[in-house]
Amino acid sequence: MAYSSDSIAVEAHDLVKVFPNGNVRALDGVSFEVETGTVLGLLGPNGAGKTTAVRILSTILEPDEGRAVILGHDVVREPDVVRRIIGLAGQYATVDENLTGRENIRMVGRLSHLSRKVSWARADELLEGFGLADAGNRVLKTYSGGMRRRLDLAAALVAGPPVLFLDEPTTGLDPQGRQDLWGVIEDLVAEGTTVLLTTQYLEEADRLARDIVVVDHGRVIAEGTPAELKADLGTSVIAVTLGNEDIVSEAVRLLAPLADKAPVVDHEVVELTVENGPAVGAEVLRALDAAHIPVAGLALREPSLDDVFLSLTGHKTEAETDEERAARRTGNKRRAAETAEDHAGGKDAA
Amino acid sequence: MTTIALPRTAVERPAPQAGNRMGWAVQDALTVTWRNLLGLVRTPETVFFSAVQPIMFVLLFTFVFGGAIHIPGVPYVDYLMPGIYVQTVTFGAMYTAVGLAEDLQKGLIERFRALPMARSAVLAGRTTADLVRNVFTVLIITAVGFAVGFRIGTDIGLFLCGVLMVLLFSYTVCWSFAFVGLTAPNAETAQLMVFPILFPFVFASSAFVPVSVMPGWLQAFAKHQPVTQVVDAARSLMTGGSLHDSTAIWQALAWCAGILVVMVPLAVHKYRQVA
Repeated sequence: MAYSSDSIAVEAHDLVKVFPNGNVRALDGVSFEVETGTVLGLLGPNGAGKTTAVRILSTILEPDEGRAVILGHDVVREPDVVRRIIGLAGQYATVDENLTGRENIRMVGRLSHLSRKVSWARADELLEGFGLADAGNRVLKTYSGGMRRRLDLAAALVAGPPVLFLDEPTTGLDPQGRQDLWGVIEDLVAEGTTVLLTTQYLEEADRLARDIVVVDHGRVIAEGTPAELKADLGTSVIAVTLGNEDIVSEAVRLLAPLADKAPVVDHEVVELTVENGPAVGAEVLRALDAAHIPVAGLALREPSLDDVFLSLTGHKTEAETDEERAARRTGNKRRAAETAEDHAGGKDAA
Repeated sequence: MTTIALPRTAVERPAPQAGNRMGWAVQDALTVTWRNLLGLVRTPETVFFSAVQPIMFVLLFTFVFGGAIHIPGVPYVDYLMPGIYVQTVTFGAMYTAVGLAEDLQKGLIERFRALPMARSAVLAGRTTADLVRNVFTVLIITAVGFAVGFRIGTDIGLFLCGVLMVLLFSYTVCWSFAFVGLTAPNAETAQLMVFPILFPFVFASSAFVPVSVMPGWLQAFAKHQPVTQVVDAARSLMTGGSLHDSTAIWQALAWCAGILVVMVPLAVHKYRQVA
């Protein structure tokens, strides 16, 4: 296998993808690079274009404009070569419900053109490694959500791909399941795998990614290391919890002049981004006290990636929409992805 | 909860097996066939009920309607059985449509797209698995048919040719419904689409009664549609005698070839579009 000697494993240049129904510009000129052996976190809300980017990079979808190169191989001109050097684990563990865990991995092994012997051996090895040895001979229907994700990732690793695409690998997992998967991803990277990770969880990007690219509405709106992104934001966040929601607007009017950016309100919590946390914190309390506004709590913290995201996009990372949740419940996963894209389109139009 | 220790060889890339493009296309189709057949075995209730329906039709037409239908020269059960074979494998195409619609809906086909497997394997594997399923269905119907008095009117060789005729037709119907399955918005709709499409072909045919008893306008359709031709061909090979019709055999083969020539490229085109 002739790998490029370049230290960039994944390159995306000005990717554009327009979905004809609704004329949604899912990607509107997205560029980024992933250095070999590192994790790039592609961060953004639902419908930002993350999944579309991964689908293009993994040869599932062709871009309308721009190009993408994996280890020196163009995804449009050499899809067969690219497919031999990538692994893909999706947001919805795309495994066959009627097969056992072992059979699923063997199937992906065979379809990756490994010999029967190697596929069988890899299945045993990966099941063992992912703590699924006991469940290996059970059909997938009996697996928990966390087990399915692990199996999905195990199957993606069957041919030992040097480049791995993980599309929201932990969405919907419980904290333990998430921790387990994070551990696996860290091990893979330690062994030299290049990972492109999409996520809505800032904590996940913070923990795993060396570099972060923030996308929204199909465009890159920020990039850098987690530390750089946080540093851009100011030094501290003051979160004031008020006694009730009725007095929020009054509090915001009083506090806005003290902060560097417009205060962010979430129910009865008002957050201020400031340079000098402790000093401004004291001022906040004095101002509110003077106006007889009851304060239920006050916290001072370093900015999280959530704050970065909020300040960049003007909205919080969204939980899944009702349509998507309903679609997912009926098992209609493809529709859910489309709904997410449509959602983005709706917002663009608005 | 288990802790995860990754195999140390995870990124040590196993060498892919050598092989040429054609060899791999066949191998990939077989892998997908194997996967589809396992799915069938794992849902025995599906297999059970898909076998029960034709059995019920055999019993219904032999013991309930059969007494009212008089076919000159042959016992009704001998007239009926070739029709039952064709009816069963035709409606069985539902599995092709539903199976593909489900794979599409669940994102499995998308995963396949990111693997170095042959593009043709999903459709080839689906239709091959359905052909294997139809072989089992035909065996069950044969057993039930003999139990209720069906006898081969020709000889075993011609009877087996009749079975091959039925299986060939089943294969063409599967390809047609591969296209339907890929067109359907979801598996539920795919399932609902099958019956209305097939109903006129199966029931306005010579499968259960001679076309000559139908009103003229219906005869015009019934005489010249593939199910009638294939049923007549199967009858000619299985029962023979006064039902022998060698023209029907050639016409049935021509229909099968024609349907394949049209539907295989259509299904492949649709697959490339949606997947």
